[in-house]
Amino acid sequence: MNIGIMLTIFVVATLAGYKLISNVPSLLHTPLMSGMNALSGVTVLGALAAAAAAMRTGSKILGVVAVALAMINVAGGFLITDRMLKMFKSGK
Amino acid sequence: MTVTEIVVSTAVVLAVLTGIRLLSSPKTAVAGNRLGALAMLGAIVAVLLRNQVVDAPLLLAGLVAGGLIGIALAARTTMLGIPQLVALFNGLGGLASFGVAALVVLERAQAPTTLNIAASGLAMIVGGATFSGSMIAAAKLARKMNQRPMLLPGHGRLCVALLIVMTTLAVSGAFMEGRVSYAAMAGAAVAALVFGVVFSIRIGGADMPVTIALLNALSGMAAAICGFAVENELLIAIGAIVGSAGLILTKIMCRAMNRSLRDILTGGTACAPAAKSPTDSADEPPAPESAPEERAEQTPEQKIETAATLIRDAKSVMVVPGYGMALSQAQTEVKRLFDRLSAQDTDVKFAIHPVAGRMPGHMNVLLAEVDIPYDRLMELEDVNPLFADIDAVLVVGACDVVNPAAISAEGTPIYGMPILHVHEAKNTIVCNLDAKPGYSGVDNPLYENNNVVKLWGNAAETLAALIDKLS
Repeated sequence: MNIGIMLTIFVVATLAGYKLISNVPSLLHTPLMSGMNALSGVTVLGALAAAAAAMRTGSKILGVVAVALAMINVAGGFLITDRMLKMFKSGK
Repeated sequence: MTVTEIVVSTAVVLAVLTGIRLLSSPKTAVAGNRLGALAMLGAIVAVLLRNQVVDAPLLLAGLVAGGLIGIALAARTTMLGIPQLVALFNGLGGLASFGVAALVVLERAQAPTTLNIAASGLAMIVGGATFSGSMIAAAKLARKMNQRPMLLPGHGRLCVALLIVMTTLAVSGAFMEGRVSYAAMAGAAVAALVFGVVFSIRIGGADMPVTIALLNALSGMAAAICGFAVENELLIAIGAIVGSAGLILTKIMCRAMNRSLRDILTGGTACAPAAKSPTDSADEPPAPESAPEERAEQTPEQKIETAATLIRDAKSVMVVPGYGMALSQAQTEVKRLFDRLSAQDTDVKFAIHPVAGRMPGHMNVLLAEVDIPYDRLMELEDVNPLFADIDAVLVVGACDVVNPAAISAEGTPIYGMPILHVHEAKNTIVCNLDAKPGYSGVDNPLYENNNVVKLWGNAAETLAALIDKLS
């Protein structure tokens, strides 16, 4: 992929994220943070692709370990966020 | 990229952004988070289909094992344990990015571009520092490590030196060949891991909301840079979004503590021993003598009686929770009090300071857990104009965030920090462990006001006794 395209994606995503995240009320900052934390496990996609393409046994194992670690981040992060958000109830 | 890939990636990013938009209201937030999770699941399935290769069973095993461990950890934790678990997950995400980047470096034979390798080097150091920094933060949050900042000789210079060494090695490693290149990358990795530790040990307990927000931003950055290494548009886009979120939270937390990020990163002033607290400075007007003395003569029993009368007669009560409420697990008692007072039509609200607790929004989660409706939880800017009209304020385990020295005592570490204006209320009841200053080390002049009833001791026990007196 062209470096220009990659940089464009990076900048656009940063700005879009900044705009939307600024609207999240401080009431929900803990779940926001843990939800974003879950998203940072997106590296699992890179790990899967890289491990699948890896030639050496050592790097394949490294890839599988990275997949598992990122998955802990993703699954745990989304679940804990879900648990928290479900607790917020309105008085009415 | 094929057209299908572009369509899938765009759909995933749009779903994630829509999910974040839904997070702006508690009514739609659950759906928003689930949409994000679904988008991620879709992306994983798409990658699996795209890379259908020989050792898929091994990768699937990794996926499933990681997923199950994550679910087990998240399902078991209590709400009190959330900050350290989030820090732990954050660290593992960083370590995963570190692993992917290291893999790209090891597989140089597949002839990635120099740019890919340089990005790998950077992803390795950002991921590595995120990992070790988050582990220290998690240990501090779980109280398995001293909460006080730990300062090494020449700490600041050491940090800068490590930063320079790891960046130089990581980038130059990309332009080298063979063993030298591996050695440079390995050196960069070690320096990054050490940097994470050195960086985190210096940050004290109450500065944790900032640290954990910053580490969150770093884990996003690690994923995004990793995206440049493996040329994956989703890593770049979603990593960038996470980086944005972390930065916003970091900024908000810094503002709420009236401290620059630089101050906190360099060990900050708030950690210095309370150099000049308002009570020992000579030019401060002496505290009113007689009235508080009288109150001080009351036995604890009488003080609870006084507090109960205040609460019983109040038409409006404002509860100000702090980290002490979490520590003594007093939120259950707070809820009992809330129910009792609501039943007699007392207007009970909660004043939430943005940095109360150990992570952004910590108090809201604890109170939501005990079923206090979120429309009762108010933010600092909205609540401060109301204090003068409040009949009784109940402080539960909060000190620095209600310390008027932040307004009056120039030169103290907390001067200028926005606080909750509890000192303007008609009557205040303080349920704190003791009269000691909070994390900032600055004595709290609020305690000397004669309309303040101080109930020292474990907040949960104090509140239980107080509720008994109400009936």
